[in-house]
Amino acid sequence: MTPNLQPAVSPDHRSALRNSRWKAGSGPALVSLRQSDPTAPPKVSLDGISLSYKTTNGKPLLALDNIDLSVRAGEFLCIVGPSGCGKSTLLHLIAGLHKQTSGRVLIDNKAVDGPGTDRILIFQELGLFPWLTVGQNVEFGMKMKGMSKAERQEKIRYYLKLVHLAQFQDSYIHQLSGGMRQRVALARALATEPDVLLMDEPFAALDAQTRDLLHDELERIWAETGRTIIFVTHNVREAVRLGDRVALITFRPGRVKTEFPIDLPRPRHLEDVDVARAARNILDELREEINKSLEVEYSHEATH
Amino acid sequence: MKRLTRMILFYTAIIAIWVIVAKMRLWPPYMFPPPWGVWESLKTGFQDHSFWIAISTTMKRMLIGYSLSVALGMILGLGLSSNKFLQETLGGLVVSLQSLPSICWVPLAVLWFGLTEKAILFVVLMGSLLSVTIAMEDGRKQMPKIYGMAGRNLGASGFKLFWHVLLPASLPFIVSGLKQGWAFAWRSLIQAEMIFLSLGLGQLLMMGRDLNDMSQVIAVMILIIVLGYLVDGLVFRTAERKLQERWGLSPS
Repeated sequence: MTPNLQPAVSPDHRSALRNSRWKAGSGPALVSLRQSDPTAPPKVSLDGISLSYKTTNGKPLLALDNIDLSVRAGEFLCIVGPSGCGKSTLLHLIAGLHKQTSGRVLIDNKAVDGPGTDRILIFQELGLFPWLTVGQNVEFGMKMKGMSKAERQEKIRYYLKLVHLAQFQDSYIHQLSGGMRQRVALARALATEPDVLLMDEPFAALDAQTRDLLHDELERIWAETGRTIIFVTHNVREAVRLGDRVALITFRPGRVKTEFPIDLPRPRHLEDVDVARAARNILDELREEINKSLEVEYSHEATH
Repeated sequence: MKRLTRMILFYTAIIAIWVIVAKMRLWPPYMFPPPWGVWESLKTGFQDHSFWIAISTTMKRMLIGYSLSVALGMILGLGLSSNKFLQETLGGLVVSLQSLPSICWVPLAVLWFGLTEKAILFVVLMGSLLSVTIAMEDGRKQMPKIYGMAGRNLGASGFKLFWHVLLPASLPFIVSGLKQGWAFAWRSLIQAEMIFLSLGLGQLLMMGRDLNDMSQVIAVMILIIVLGYLVDGLVFRTAERKLQERWGLSPS
């Protein structure tokens, strides 16, 4: 049985894609990648999400303030913001691992409460299970779902092949390089076949070459599987490289400041001029927020 | 190899000194038996099956008592680590009870259960339960939170989350506690057997005393040491090494 990979674009849209432009020699092969459908219905909607908590000195802190954000089915949304703006927390809220103070998370227009395998989060630290092999890690979510053993084996093979790790099925996590671990985490998340993939700065700790490679792979996998992806990063270039849209979150309280649509053809590359240009616009706005966050840090230093 | 040679040299030296002192006849042989006397006791003990019976009885009690204390200790430790109320109340009690030597449970066990198998198991249980509980609680606290979150994220909850994620994730942190629990259980059991006098290695030890048979006393002591060392060295060290290999924690 092959995994259920529904085509995310209609046939006529696909032929339109085939005629769309791409840069010659920019990829390993001249593949036309799926662009997301601008008319698709919303998959994830954040409806007035706020989060406040007490800091260690007892003062309440408003981390996220009234966030409204809508992500279309099959869209690749990137969220950027200065560190400490609550963008990771936002992903945890969508994943249902934390509870927001007010507001609702809607999936397909239905409010969700708690974790669910329709949206899988790839943590910054990955959280791969060191006591399981690569294959067993990928199997984990399916096992929890109660899938039959034969079906699980089939899908382990399929998803490990998708991330080019087929020959590492019986390795343990600590035997893999950082980039390979990233791909295991991706395979583990994809194997539960979630509609929504939440990624929390997954490539931050990798060297540049590995990261470039994983960008290509993620873009390809996204195009092939038609998943909705919400991708958090502090790297604006990376956000423009990957996203259909980039949302900028402000520093304390976290609000959606601006949303930048990225209408560049795929596959893209980090060093593309268009990518750099789009990134510069976003970076200008981001810099204000970074300055704000630095001011807070420095004022702490002055008072302590 | 070098290590093995040194070990052989060391134990040969000990036995040599023993032989010399025994040959000097500072004390009569029934007070200070020579190595060959102890060797004879070991041989007859195994030949007339009394040692085999004692070993199997003792090990059976160990397995039952220790399994009980691991199962109960895990539940207790889990409760303590996840419930603040329990931690503040029962947690303190557990720590303070740990200062009670397990032999102190013997009078209570005798009054409750009589001179029965149950009483022995109770003493073993009380001897190791608390250290297993504390190990489990600490293990859960030391375990990186990310594993629990990742497990919930992938659809695990309730018992499934405990069995497939929290338990294996905390194993490297509780294995030394489990080992300590075993050592405590072992001590408690031998002590209890010496008092209850119902088969087992502890009873053999006391029988040696009653018969004024110092060779047998030392032979049984050696048995107790060897058995304890084997379980610790083979079972627990292997488990620890396997865990470290899997997690990539091994120092190699």
